[in-house]
Amino acid sequence: MSYVKPVFSHPELPANKVGYRKRDYEGAISTLCAGCGHDSISGAIVQACYELSIEPHRLAKLSGIGCSSKTPTYFLSNSHGFNTVHGRMPSVATGATMANKDLLYMGVSGDGDSASIGMGQFVHVIRRNLNMVYIVMNNGCYGLTKGQDSATADFGSISKGGSQNHFHPIDLVGMALELRASFVARSFSGDKKQLVPLIKLALSHPGFAFIDVLSPCVTFNNNVGSTKSYEYIRDHMEYPAPPDYVPKAKEITVDYEAGSGTTVTLHDGSTLRLDKLAGDHDPTDHLAALRRHHEAVANGEILTGLFYMNQESQTLHQLFNTIETPLNALTERELMPGQTALEKINQSFR
Amino acid sequence: MSDASSRVNDFVIRFANVNGTGSASANGLFAKAIYRMGIPVTPKNIFPSNIQGLPTWYEVRVSEKGYLGRSGIVDFVVAVNPQSLEEDIASVRPGGYFLYDSSKPLHRVMMRDDIHFLGIPMMTLAMKNFTQPREQQLLKNIIYVGALAALLDMDMDVLRGIVAQTFKSKEKLIGPNNLALSIGYNYSKENFKCPLDIRVETRDLIGDRILMEGNLASALGAIYGGASVMAWYPITPSTSVASAFEKYCKRLRKDPDTNQNRYAVIQAEDELAAIGMVIGASWNGARAFTATSGPGVSLMSEFIGLAYFAELPAVIVNVQRGGPSTGMPTRTQQADLISSAYASHGDTKHIMLIPSTPTECFEMTAEALDLADRFQTVVFVMSDLDLGMNDHLTPALKWDDARSYDRGKVYTSEDLENMEKFGRYLDVDGDGIPYRTLPGTHPTKGSYFTRGTSRDEYARYTEKGDAYVRNVDRLVKKWQTAKSWMPKPEHLGNENQNNLGIIFFGTTYYAALEAMEMLQDEGISIDALRLKSFPFPEEVQSFIDNHDEVFVIEQNRDAQMRTLLINELNVSPSKLIPILHYDGMPIPATDICTKIVAHLSVNALRNDSL
Repeated sequence: MSYVKPVFSHPELPANKVGYRKRDYEGAISTLCAGCGHDSISGAIVQACYELSIEPHRLAKLSGIGCSSKTPTYFLSNSHGFNTVHGRMPSVATGATMANKDLLYMGVSGDGDSASIGMGQFVHVIRRNLNMVYIVMNNGCYGLTKGQDSATADFGSISKGGSQNHFHPIDLVGMALELRASFVARSFSGDKKQLVPLIKLALSHPGFAFIDVLSPCVTFNNNVGSTKSYEYIRDHMEYPAPPDYVPKAKEITVDYEAGSGTTVTLHDGSTLRLDKLAGDHDPTDHLAALRRHHEAVANGEILTGLFYMNQESQTLHQLFNTIETPLNALTERELMPGQTALEKINQSFR
Repeated sequence: MSDASSRVNDFVIRFANVNGTGSASANGLFAKAIYRMGIPVTPKNIFPSNIQGLPTWYEVRVSEKGYLGRSGIVDFVVAVNPQSLEEDIASVRPGGYFLYDSSKPLHRVMMRDDIHFLGIPMMTLAMKNFTQPREQQLLKNIIYVGALAALLDMDMDVLRGIVAQTFKSKEKLIGPNNLALSIGYNYSKENFKCPLDIRVETRDLIGDRILMEGNLASALGAIYGGASVMAWYPITPSTSVASAFEKYCKRLRKDPDTNQNRYAVIQAEDELAAIGMVIGASWNGARAFTATSGPGVSLMSEFIGLAYFAELPAVIVNVQRGGPSTGMPTRTQQADLISSAYASHGDTKHIMLIPSTPTECFEMTAEALDLADRFQTVVFVMSDLDLGMNDHLTPALKWDDARSYDRGKVYTSEDLENMEKFGRYLDVDGDGIPYRTLPGTHPTKGSYFTRGTSRDEYARYTEKGDAYVRNVDRLVKKWQTAKSWMPKPEHLGNENQNNLGIIFFGTTYYAALEAMEMLQDEGISIDALRLKSFPFPEEVQSFIDNHDEVFVIEQNRDAQMRTLLINELNVSPSKLIPILHYDGMPIPATDICTKIVAHLSVNALRNDSL
């Protein structure tokens, strides 16, 4: 890094409920290309955490390898971070979650990291409904190794070098829906208005919250003919259910006309209102989510927003019936059964 | 017929069964009875990679002298598997016994005139006395145990006692099992001269020893050592570590008030995920471990490098089997030494603890959790199939209730509060071991970014060569510190009587001890050292220095421990003579003895001709 981010921030910028200013949620200056979609997503994560009044040290950020996975350096400096190995962040997150159920876990991955080398871990972490937010910064290419097509590149999409992709894409949203992920959303790095509430909602969801964020690669995949360029995405984007997150501490505000949307109550008692742009999509209806997704694929639309959320979602800790105290806080007293018990075991092998 | 002299408490009996026919419990009953009669016993399962149908053997060595290795000679075969009859008949030593199911006659060409054939119509007897086909098959096995009781002069009360205990919760099975024992017993009494010249006599030679598998002991070691997260992927021969961990956690790790679990066991999608979960849990402050075998370690290697470089604790119980590739999944070897010691790309090395007994599996797995935290690194427990999946006569497990866990260097919130600046990779104490912090400890201090890429002392990403060198050199310093924390090797021989030494480790222990006595009988006195760890403590170098020739006995083709000794110590390779055994069966003492004697004779000849 050749330059340093200024630490100055305006003294009158407001603090949130836990006394932190937005600056406290920021990270080191980004070393990604200027205009990279990923930086906007980092910004949205900062905004969401600030607005939700999350104490930064109560969140752990994890990533795999690639441009996307570098971003945890660029947000939440006061949080512990773990840049793991390529495609294997879900397993590290699983172990971390098992060790301490009381922290929030923010996983960041890319399309290479999740749809190729890490596909095995991606589908299994969905299956386990790990209590974490899992963001894929999806640009359809391998940025850090200079622009090779990834497995999410669309059929027929043209690369910067002019070659056409002959393979059908692995659609991570479709896959997450098929696997019954308990929370499935898609957004666009350029649409902070939609992305910030989605991240807030995901952070409040007990279970695996997946957000596929289309995030154009300005250097290698923003050309004419690419289906992951800013221009193409803006032209083809549709909103099935843009959410607005309302924490339970607040009254539901009257930003929306009564009767024009759907209200969803979350586990922690907070509510989500889907405004009228949502049309008739009910994000608690799994079958409907699948149908909307398939229709959009058939029509060449890029659907964004909340596809599905299971309100009965049970976390892995609930399924495992682990104790309330985080496992990493247990001491000899709780972990070590003692010589008397051992002598009983010995006796059964005599 | 040769060898008519009576052999009390000194023989090997081999049961030839069909996999999946319930023979394991009958054979276990036999071995347990010998144990309860106070006689040292070593049972070994010799089984195929198969669930049902293929031949399987159970070899029991009974040894008044307490030899617990495999003898390599079979005195008595109990054959209930037609598939392997020919092989089984051939395996009996001249003068030995062959007990078979005579419900169908043996073909004449199979008969040998230098062994005793004992035919019992086991299946016919089972069908006559029991009605259900499954019951007939299972109790046929118990019939041969009853027959052996008469032939070998075993204590029927001991056998009945074990039956009663085994079926305590299924009482209606006690009667039929006892009946089957009596059927076999009476048939032998009526048809053969009982007891045979091979027989047992009650003794009191067990002391405070139990009969336990190494894998179960490792699992208990992990429980007592405080592991709360276990992640694993099924692979023979390590699977029973995970199942035993879960089984005993259900008993020992429940919150008494809420009945909630103080542990989590995750069956991962593969070994890569299993080690990733262990690393994630350790990073977040829980003690975590996995159990696997060679192919699993290969898959884990990338993550092992991350843990080494990012300095995160992880414990891996490696129950070694025959490789390379899928190799011999149900046969034993000590062939993962190099692949574990130096697992992963770049300059890496890892601590290994090497147990020889189930008691050491227990102690070393617990110890590994302490060492992993202390050194913030990967620690292997190098077990093997023979140790892990066979019962061994082993000292009763002990735990000091006053023992506390060594959680290593972890800063608390208070530590951070009183600190100017936290540096994750700073060598504060000069021993190469830095301090770490756990996520969530302090609101504004102590957070850092864990990564596999190079970084400076403050965990800031850097590609500067000097910062990289400082870091990897500190890791070497940490490695040097670790040497003095390793369990000391066990000195077993006759010190300084001559210039010969042997070095061995793990399950080679049993055969090596017996071989030393055999050599002593031939007038060859030998000094011995049993290794328990990698890195090697100072004593290993001095042992080699103090001898002119050192035999390194191991169960692999390439003399891997010898390579590690040459690589890590200052030794002349010509001084270390490999004694190798790698057919997948546990090494027998005779093999060691013969090879050492052969080497010495060749040397003597050479010296004479000079």
